[in-house]
Amino acid sequence: MGELWAIYILWLRDLKRYFYDKPRIVASLGQPILFLFVLGTALSPSFAGPGGIKFSEFIFPGIISMTVLFTSVFSAMSIVWDREFGFLKEVLVAPVSRFSIVVGKAFGGSTVAVLQGCLMLALAPLVGVKLSLLKVLKSVAAMFLIAFAMNGLGIVIAARMKEMEGFQMIVNFLIMPIFFLSGALFPLDRLPGWLTVLTRVDPLTYGVDLTRRVMLGVSAFNVFFSLSVILGFAFVMFLIAVYEFNLAD
Amino acid sequence: MSTSTDLIVKVEGLTKKFNGLTAVDSVSFEVKHGEVFGFLGPNGAGKSTTINILCTLLKPTSGKAVVSGYDVVKNPNAVRKEIGIIFQDPSLDDRLTAEDNLRFHGYLYNMDHKTIERRIPEVLELVELIDRRKDHVRKFSGGMKRRLEIARGLLHCPKLLFLDEPTLGLDPQTRAHIWDYVLKMRQESGLSIFMTTHYMQEAEVCDRIAIIDHGKIVDLDSPARLKEKYKEQTLEGVFLKLTGREIRPQAAESAWVQWMRRP
Repeated sequence: MGELWAIYILWLRDLKRYFYDKPRIVASLGQPILFLFVLGTALSPSFAGPGGIKFSEFIFPGIISMTVLFTSVFSAMSIVWDREFGFLKEVLVAPVSRFSIVVGKAFGGSTVAVLQGCLMLALAPLVGVKLSLLKVLKSVAAMFLIAFAMNGLGIVIAARMKEMEGFQMIVNFLIMPIFFLSGALFPLDRLPGWLTVLTRVDPLTYGVDLTRRVMLGVSAFNVFFSLSVILGFAFVMFLIAVYEFNLAD
Repeated sequence: MSTSTDLIVKVEGLTKKFNGLTAVDSVSFEVKHGEVFGFLGPNGAGKSTTINILCTLLKPTSGKAVVSGYDVVKNPNAVRKEIGIIFQDPSLDDRLTAEDNLRFHGYLYNMDHKTIERRIPEVLELVELIDRRKDHVRKFSGGMKRRLEIARGLLHCPKLLFLDEPTLGLDPQTRAHIWDYVLKMRQESGLSIFMTTHYMQEAEVCDRIAIIDHGKIVDLDSPARLKEKYKEQTLEGVFLKLTGREIRPQAAESAWVQWMRRP
C-alpha cells in the first residue's frame, strides 16, 4: 500500500531529523527543568494542593504537557522551513495524496513530541511522583493526544504561514497563552470568572487535566469530557490541515 | 504527423493567470517519446509556470495538458509517477544523508524496498557520489547537491525528466558532467527530457526548442533549422533576435513564488 509507505517515510524523516539535532534535544529540556525545579521548589511552601500534593508534583504533568505542546508545534513549523528551502516541493510532486502527507507529518511531529515528553517523564522520581508501568503507558497515551492535537494546530498555522518571520508572533500570542491558560501551573477551581472562562476555552486545559489525572489521580473534569474535547479539537485541526494542503493543489 | 501514443507531452491552449497577470498564454506544443525538448525564454516568459503545471504543482486556468497519457488536472497522481523533476532551486533535506534523501524519495514513489536498495548505488554511481552516500547533505557543495538531485530525479526510473535550469550557478566542469549523466540516461533508457536553460550552448543538445516570450511560443523547431531560418550562427543570436535585447522583470516567476507563499 503506497500511501502507508509514504506516511511511514514522512514519519521517519521527522524522527531522523530529531535525533540528528541532539544539542536541540538537550537545549529544549532547559526551560521545563527550570520551571519544574526552580518554580516548583520556590512556590511549594505557599501552595495548598488537592489531597496534600506538593506544588512540584502538581505542576509535573503540566510541565510535561508544556514540553509536548512546544515540541509538537515547533515540529509542525518545520513545514515552513521546508517551503522556504524547497523540500516541500519534492513532497508535493510525489505521487502521494495530500491526506497522507498531513497524516505522516502529524504522526512524525507527535512522536517527536512524545519522545521529548518522555525525557521529562523520566524525571518523575526526582519530583517524588511515583509511576507504575501502567501509569507510564497511560501518560504516554495522554501525551500523544496532546501532541496530536497541538501538532495539528501547528500544521494549520504552518500551511498558512509565508515565512519564519511570523514565528515569534505565533509563540507569544498563541502558544504561550495556550500554555499559561491550561492550568499547567495552577489549580482551576479558585479562579475569578474571567480567568475561568479563558481556561475553559483552552483545549490544552483538558490535555493537562488528563495527564494530571493519570499521574496524580486528581482532576477537574470528567475523563470522558476531557477526552472528547481534546479528540474533537485534534480532529477539527486535522480536517482543516488536509483542506489547506488540498488548496495547494 | 505523429499519433498521440508517440507523445510524452501534449499541451493544448494552456493558459495560466495569476491575479490578472497572464503568465502562460494559450500555449500548445507536443513532445515525442525519447525527445530532448528545450524551453527557452527570458526571465518571466512563463517557463517555470509551464513546468509547474506539467508536473502538477499548479492548476492551469484553462487549456489542457497531457503527460504520458494522463491529464495533469484529472489524474495528477498518475502523472507524478511518470515524471522526475530537477527544480530550479535546491530541494534536498540537508539534515539527512545522501542515501536517506534517496530512500525518502523511493518510499514516496512507492518503490519496493529491494528496488530502492538496488537503485540507490546505481544512481549514486552515475552522478559519482557513491563515496559520499553516508554523508549529510549539508556538507555538500552546490554542484554535489545538484548531482544528488539528478540522482534522485532518476531513482524511480521516470519516463520524462524535467530539468528547470539545472546548471544554474554551477561551474563549467559540473555543468558538463550533468549533461553527460542526463544524455547517458537518455541513451540507456529512452528517457524523454523537458528542459529549460539560460545557457544557449547547452540548448544545442535539444532535438527541438520552443522559444517562449510573454507567455507565448514565438517559434518551435530544431536548433539547426532555427539558426538557418533566422540566418544566425548561434542559438544565442536566434534567441536575441526573437526576444529582443531588453532586460526583463521576473514578473511571472514571482507570481509563482507568491503562490508558494500564499497567505
